[in-house]
Amino acid sequence: MKRVMSAALAAAMLGLPAHADVKIGFVTTLTTPAAVIGNDMKNAVDLAMEHLGGMAGDTKLEVIYGDDGFAPETGKQATDKLVKQDNVDFVAGYIWSHVLLASRKSVLDADKILISANAGPSQMAGQLCDKNFFSTSWQNDQTPMAMGEVLNKAGVKSLYIMAPNYAAGKDMTAGVERTFKGEIKGKDLTKWGADAQLDFSAELAKAKASGAEGIFVFYPGAAGGAFIKQYDQAGLKDTLPLYSVFTVDALSLPKLQAADFKAVLGSKTTQEWDPTLDNEANKKFVADFKAKYGTYPSYYAAQSYDAIMLIASAVKAVGGDMSDKDKLRAAIKAADFSSVRGKFKFGTNNMPIEDFFLREVVTDADGTWTTKVIDTVYTDHVDPYAAECKMN
Amino acid sequence: MDTTLLVIQVLNGLQLGLLLFLVASGLTLVFGILDFVNLAHGSLYMLGAFVCASLTYALGNFLLAVVVALPVVGVIGYLTERVVARSLYARDHLDQVLATFGLILVFDTSAHVIWGPEGIAVPLPDWLNGQVALGSGLEVPTFRLLIIAAGLAAAGGLFWLVNYTRLGMLIRAGASNRTMVSALGIDIQMLFSLVFALGAMLAGLAGMLIAPITEANIGMGNSIIITAFVVIIVGGIGSIKGAFIAALLIGLIDTLGRAFLDDLFGLFMSSAAAENSAPAVSAMLIYLIMALVLALRPQGLFPPKVR
Repeated sequence: MKRVMSAALAAAMLGLPAHADVKIGFVTTLTTPAAVIGNDMKNAVDLAMEHLGGMAGDTKLEVIYGDDGFAPETGKQATDKLVKQDNVDFVAGYIWSHVLLASRKSVLDADKILISANAGPSQMAGQLCDKNFFSTSWQNDQTPMAMGEVLNKAGVKSLYIMAPNYAAGKDMTAGVERTFKGEIKGKDLTKWGADAQLDFSAELAKAKASGAEGIFVFYPGAAGGAFIKQYDQAGLKDTLPLYSVFTVDALSLPKLQAADFKAVLGSKTTQEWDPTLDNEANKKFVADFKAKYGTYPSYYAAQSYDAIMLIASAVKAVGGDMSDKDKLRAAIKAADFSSVRGKFKFGTNNMPIEDFFLREVVTDADGTWTTKVIDTVYTDHVDPYAAECKMN
Repeated sequence: MDTTLLVIQVLNGLQLGLLLFLVASGLTLVFGILDFVNLAHGSLYMLGAFVCASLTYALGNFLLAVVVALPVVGVIGYLTERVVARSLYARDHLDQVLATFGLILVFDTSAHVIWGPEGIAVPLPDWLNGQVALGSGLEVPTFRLLIIAAGLAAAGGLFWLVNYTRLGMLIRAGASNRTMVSALGIDIQMLFSLVFALGAMLAGLAGMLIAPITEANIGMGNSIIITAFVVIIVGGIGSIKGAFIAALLIGLIDTLGRAFLDDLFGLFMSSAAAENSAPAVSAMLIYLIMALVLALRPQGLFPPKVR
């Protein structure tokens, strides 16, 4: 006891800083049907904390969750609570672009670090970029841009577009229109939020009548499964092939498999990550996630895992000292961690510069429906808004 | 705009309208006869979907699951009336709104605990998964035709029940003057319980019919209940006929608005502006109709004859 006391005294006299725990706020959707995404992200964060042993170097990490209820105003409230009441050092998470846009000021004005683990609204990659804002996902336009290239390569001449009517839906349609060289036959933006439109009969009838050669959709979460089923029931598989982003994923596939909707097998999507990516970090992540939770992780989970690993690497690099923000920002920007993507680096606007893959829905060795990489569409892709970012 | 597309969209509107009618008819009966505002009516729609989804997996057949799930939801409705609603009849509407809002949270959380947050996809038998050709280029998903048929059958059954049976006579009498009905020696409590259970079964049926399309989801009742209230306000509170006509009207307006509004706007504004404004306006359309009805005919289009 006496020895400990004197050691503490010596440390105090030498002026070694004794750091408190570093707190991470994590905002995601834990209620409403979209909670299925939030739970997957939370599972990944818990797994990351387990892999880290709850420590970043000598500093203890603590995660506090916030629920955005799938609504911008609730998300902002949850963020305010984390920043003001819990006094967290980082706020990470955010599935939804409109929630992130509503919450960003609460974090940035308090000079905390904001890390998106999914949402990538164009505004925050461009004019609203900030030295304290980082992303471990992508800018919304990038994934559909990759899909546009895939469509060009496949010789698709005309396209019908459907997406939810909110910030990300608009970015996604802008993304595919940016690279797709054929004709856009029609476009529908449908009602979104906790009372989102889930019956797409009117839109599918229009898409069919438009005579387009393919249909591009973006329906994340529960809406994705609903869309696939109605697409199947409308018998459009042969006349109007489906090209989707963020719609067919590890969350919708188990449900579609349980209901035996075979139409989804063989369908193609673009993504920056896949469970089959061949690197050590990813193998460990996927194997441990499956062992712990019994399902494949989704890209939401992968991005959340990376977000926690990124934070831990930065906290470790600065020795747990959160006071020198410049040093902390530099440590984050260095991105010195083993990403499940295999490699990871930030661009000038703090968005990742990364590869995009074409994935196909297949059956794995155990008979489970999942995805695998069949092609690389972009290598080291920079988002189209990076030039608009004047970082100060 | 070609006729085929118009016909398909009218059928889609009809399908939405009939589903709305199934929910709104129970709501209007409970509101009209029991003078009870039941916000949790949408939860019965959700429970119908979930119970039917679970039974579909347990029994291996969707139609059989519907047949079994209907009385289950009826019993849930009956118990809700006995345990919660009955003690609230004497209170004013605000108390009822608060209590039934609490009930929504209870039902939603129970569903979360029992079925998890992710919702359940409902598989259909193969013969319902295909399409039916109604003419050249006029292909409609079989299941959507089944919804229309089931909705019309339920509506027909309800009309028969209300207009040609003793129970229906009592229901109509109750809607007109509940004090007089009980003064005539009718067991009004029993009548109320039956009406509540009937409304629950109708809402549950709507949930069961939509589940194979949109999946059974927590909170699915909360979006339809708002539209159902619009329907009964437009149709006249307490009127089954009003609910039927208003539901079809709202269903058609909503669907046709979603389908054709951007083309219509494109006639007099730039296509980009039309593309941006059409989704916003089509989402508002039914509320504009309600506002119009409230302004010009506050009692609704077809109010019950005596109030």
